[in-house]
Amino acid sequence: MPELMQFLLSGVTVGAVYALVALGFTIIYNASDVVNFAQGEFVMLGGMITVFAFKAGLPLPLAALIAVAVTAAIGVALNKLAIEPARGAPVVSLIIITIGASIFIRGVTQLVFDKQLHRFPAFSGDDPIRVLGATILPQSLWVIAGALAVFVGLWLFFTRTLMGKAILATSNNRLAAQLVGINTAWVMTLSFAMSAGIGALAGVLVTPITLVSYDVGIALALKGFAAAMLGGMGNPKGALVGGILLGLLEALTAGYISSQYKDAAAFIVILAVLFAMPQGLFGKKSTDRV
Amino acid sequence: MSLLQVEGLGIEFGGVRAVHDVSFAMKPGEIVSVIGPNGAGKTTLFNMISGVYLPGSGRVKLDGEDVTGMSPHLLARRGLSRTFQNLQIFQQMTVLENAIAGYHLQESGHLLADLLNLPSSRRRAQVAREGAQKLLERVGLGRAGEQEAGNLSYGALKRLEIARALALKPRVLLLDEPAAGCNAVETEEIDHLIAEVAAEGVAILLVEHDMKMVMRISNHIVVLDHGEKIAEGDPATVSRNPDVIAAYLGTQEAADADG
Repeated sequence: MPELMQFLLSGVTVGAVYALVALGFTIIYNASDVVNFAQGEFVMLGGMITVFAFKAGLPLPLAALIAVAVTAAIGVALNKLAIEPARGAPVVSLIIITIGASIFIRGVTQLVFDKQLHRFPAFSGDDPIRVLGATILPQSLWVIAGALAVFVGLWLFFTRTLMGKAILATSNNRLAAQLVGINTAWVMTLSFAMSAGIGALAGVLVTPITLVSYDVGIALALKGFAAAMLGGMGNPKGALVGGILLGLLEALTAGYISSQYKDAAAFIVILAVLFAMPQGLFGKKSTDRV
Repeated sequence: MSLLQVEGLGIEFGGVRAVHDVSFAMKPGEIVSVIGPNGAGKTTLFNMISGVYLPGSGRVKLDGEDVTGMSPHLLARRGLSRTFQNLQIFQQMTVLENAIAGYHLQESGHLLADLLNLPSSRRRAQVAREGAQKLLERVGLGRAGEQEAGNLSYGALKRLEIARALALKPRVLLLDEPAAGCNAVETEEIDHLIAEVAAEGVAILLVEHDMKMVMRISNHIVVLDHGEKIAEGDPATVSRNPDVIAAYLGTQEAADADG
């Protein structure tokens, strides 16, 4: 029993990170139908920039804040320099551009910083908390709380605010959105800023547990993408549930079968779900007018 | 002074002159129709005026301000609104939500008030919702509010697009074939609607193939053929113009040659 509890706790922690990455995918996908494979790099940047700002002598909260702000700015630059000039190209081309951008960001990070593994101290110490015979790091609670806060914030943003609705309207029909007065270029800028900021926040929260180096983004992007697909692309609720399910699947496979199979098991389950429900767990069935 | 002024507007697509040197002007409350055979450049002209295409030459002035090539969302702010021949509807939203979207600019929400769902934010949403419902009733879609827009018929979607355009409280309204896909009764309803809206002082620019409707409601007609303006004037004058008749029916010589 304590064993199961331990697996569940670590599963939820990892899952919360996947959920944050998946939420980042969701926002950009909602605004533009683009799956942004540079999403993992935002997480990496969040961690790396915090590490180096902290090493430079800044207090940790300020370093984290700078990391989120700088990453958001990089997200905006990605949109302005790589996505916007290619507007009108098929979505597949735009997705390939994001893959290129992710390789570029990784390379530059390697040059500007280094190739080492880094960490900074956990926010609330490293003494594990005992829960029903299992233990959890205080930092894990930060990660879980962060994912929940971002989810609630996004949910309110998309359902209640005019700007949130403008993003949804833009994803639904760009031209129609412009006709009613929505500035769709601004919608794109905002989406990339939010998405990158959320990715960076995930990086800040998780680095004390998993450490960070220039190349941690690839795996995170893949897992976050899988989580978003599992939950239903474009749906914040799906991103949260998909992320946590994926984390649990991995933790349980690693615990009861073998940690070597944890990635495989997770992806097999996702494939099985998508065979039965191609739209994901919470995805809306889409039909095209002919 | 004219409200909308089009001066020497033209555009080329890969060397093909789609529209060339078209000029006309509209006053508030006026209904101006653009007619011409298929491929005459009517929709292209619309797309240039409404900022979808960047004109190659010429000017568009709205109330004296040069708005040539301004993007659609900025034109919407200045009171120019349009509908599309091939529909630009939010397919996955409900009919009511589509109409509410038209209130986007009037609903200038404060982010925090919206997030906290404050009374001021709810009141604004309520105003938009009620206004949208009234507009739906006006175009005969009062009972379709909760349906997903994608499920509506073509004719109903045309009317939904008009309702959404009206929600912006435009000064100039461009309607691209509003009666296409509508039956005789619906066409007459749209007919009345257009006259009503114009009577409120909105300048309406119309592209329409239903000649009976065009002749009945237009104050002024602009005739295009092969991208050029070949005639303009009131309906009676235009319908007697030999160039217009030739453009629509072909000339006697052409008929002889074919025969």
